[in-house]
Amino acid sequence: MTEIRISQTQVLSEAGNPPGQGPANGAQPEASAIRTFLLSRGNSAGADRVFQWLMVLCALTIFGIVALIAMQLVYGSQLSWHKFGFSFFAWPAGFTFASIFKAVLDPNAAQPNYWDPVNGHFSALPFIYGTLVSSFLALLMAVPLAIGVAVFLTEMCPGALRAPLAFITELLAAIPSVIYGLWAVFVLVPLMREQVNPFLNKTLGWTGFFSDDNPTGLGFFSAGVILAIMILPIISSLTREVMLAVPHSQREAVLALGATRWEMIRVGVLRNARIGIVGAIILGLGRALGETMAVTMVIGNSIEIHRSLLSNGNTMASVIANQFSEASDNMHLSALVELGLALFVVTIVVNALAQLLVWAVTRGAPARAS
Amino acid sequence: MGVDRVRDEHKLKARLRSVIDGAATGLAILATVLVVAPLVAIFVYLVYKGASSLNLDFFTKVPKPVGESGGGMANAIVGSALLLGVGSLLGIPVGIGGGIYLAEFGRGTKLANAVRFTADVLNGVPSIVMGIAIYALIVVPQGHFSAFSGGVALGIMMIPTVTRTTEEMLLMVPNAVREAALALGVPNWRSVLSITVKTASPGIITGCMLAFARVAGETAPLIFTALGNTFWSVNLNREIAALPLQIYVYALSPYDDWHRLAWAGALVLIILIVLAVSLVRYVTSRGVLKGAS
Repeated sequence: MTEIRISQTQVLSEAGNPPGQGPANGAQPEASAIRTFLLSRGNSAGADRVFQWLMVLCALTIFGIVALIAMQLVYGSQLSWHKFGFSFFAWPAGFTFASIFKAVLDPNAAQPNYWDPVNGHFSALPFIYGTLVSSFLALLMAVPLAIGVAVFLTEMCPGALRAPLAFITELLAAIPSVIYGLWAVFVLVPLMREQVNPFLNKTLGWTGFFSDDNPTGLGFFSAGVILAIMILPIISSLTREVMLAVPHSQREAVLALGATRWEMIRVGVLRNARIGIVGAIILGLGRALGETMAVTMVIGNSIEIHRSLLSNGNTMASVIANQFSEASDNMHLSALVELGLALFVVTIVVNALAQLLVWAVTRGAPARAS
Repeated sequence: MGVDRVRDEHKLKARLRSVIDGAATGLAILATVLVVAPLVAIFVYLVYKGASSLNLDFFTKVPKPVGESGGGMANAIVGSALLLGVGSLLGIPVGIGGGIYLAEFGRGTKLANAVRFTADVLNGVPSIVMGIAIYALIVVPQGHFSAFSGGVALGIMMIPTVTRTTEEMLLMVPNAVREAALALGVPNWRSVLSITVKTASPGIITGCMLAFARVAGETAPLIFTALGNTFWSVNLNREIAALPLQIYVYALSPYDDWHRLAWAGALVLIILIVLAVSLVRYVTSRGVLKGAS
């Protein structure tokens, strides 16, 4: 997971570690003149150079891995790319945008055959739709909650609660996807089937978005809920770090004007941290787009597009997980690899964007792993 | 008259502002409760279900065929251990090397920033995509699924985390320590390895544990590399079972007995992860590495 660490403010925020007391508090220490002098004597220059190059090699491996993944994906998807081109990401041959749209709106209309391994027709449309819808639902549910939690933790929380809550958040981010999936299959899905879905159907069924009376409890909405639970810790911890990066003087200035605490948070903190918060949300989106196991277990795996959010579906990641090891046909395999390539490109763009946004706020302070 | 009205308006506004303030505070607390509740629910349910299904058989027996009750996940535990062993052999040295470069040699250089950025981006690449790449790279040329390919996939996924934590921990080591070593005439490579890295070693080790625990729960990259196996196997060149894979298969199966095993497996994974996360917190709360995580 990517979190951002801000040297100055981190020190202030950590109880019992006032600035200047710790030996080095996260700031990159400058190479001192003594060190430069000692290094320049060259008593073992050869060994040092070899060691340094070895370490550079390790660092370059990371570039190598990304390049290798990209190469393999591009190479593996050639077959499907040459046959379908851009139409892979659009509607299947023989259909127009209007006919697809009609099929989506009318649950009784015949569904086009988007994905037909037997006859070799492949269109990524239902998976793109599923990925976007489930991720968007997840963001819709997770973002307000995550910001609420971050506000509570940074501005309102009593000191004694802060550490346990931060620990829980950290733990949640580390729980494997398959365990979220396991829980969802046995707890969330029955709950959705018996309580939430009938309620949504009754109150919001008239909109058409909750009309499907899916007897399984699986589907886009369940996938969105489990995704929201999974990306919450990431968004909230990043938002928290960005909010901590807002200088205290900003808060004090707004308070001094007679603002209430909420006005202070709104004007002094959230407004200053908004770019970083957007970055945190985009990073959460990146996670949601690529999340595989939990979604595969609850989305229902049907290759159709319906307007109802309660209907079964499939995402790009889940269809790969479901079909890849069974695909025997080269074209089928190639089409799945192309889906993987699309996922790879999208997540890289999304992650890079988020990274840059968060860096802009925290002024390039080194981000930290874990 | 006019003055009174202005004053009343002010009072009303002040009351409105304090009501909004209270509402916002309430909403923030509500959000926190809403977030913590399902998480605690997941955890408690998992511990309850897992603990009631966990027994000695789980660790010593291999799965029984469908219809027979009992059996365990011994093959999956050994399989996971093997996969993680291969992964660690690959991921930890490279990851630590990358971290040493970032903290000791590349500070502030463009290359280091690029490496850091790439590591973060690599961290965000979906694990299923990693699985496809390893499938194309190792499984296809070899012609069969293998434990080795699964291990490589896990190892690659460990690298960014290990690199970033190693860097973070090394940055915590005071410069004076490095200078002291160099002033005694120790060559730089020894100063880095036996002084700087050693000082930061508790942090680096727990960072590795964290990466280890993370990939221990990875399922997606194993589906088409290690594939899974219901029999006992320790051959790196063959399909092998893994704990998360087995959980996935059992969770979607229609048998109660298999569900029980899935919960027990999930509990074992979670215990591993809780241990790793707590250890990281403990190590980074004391000594030189204080505040590193």
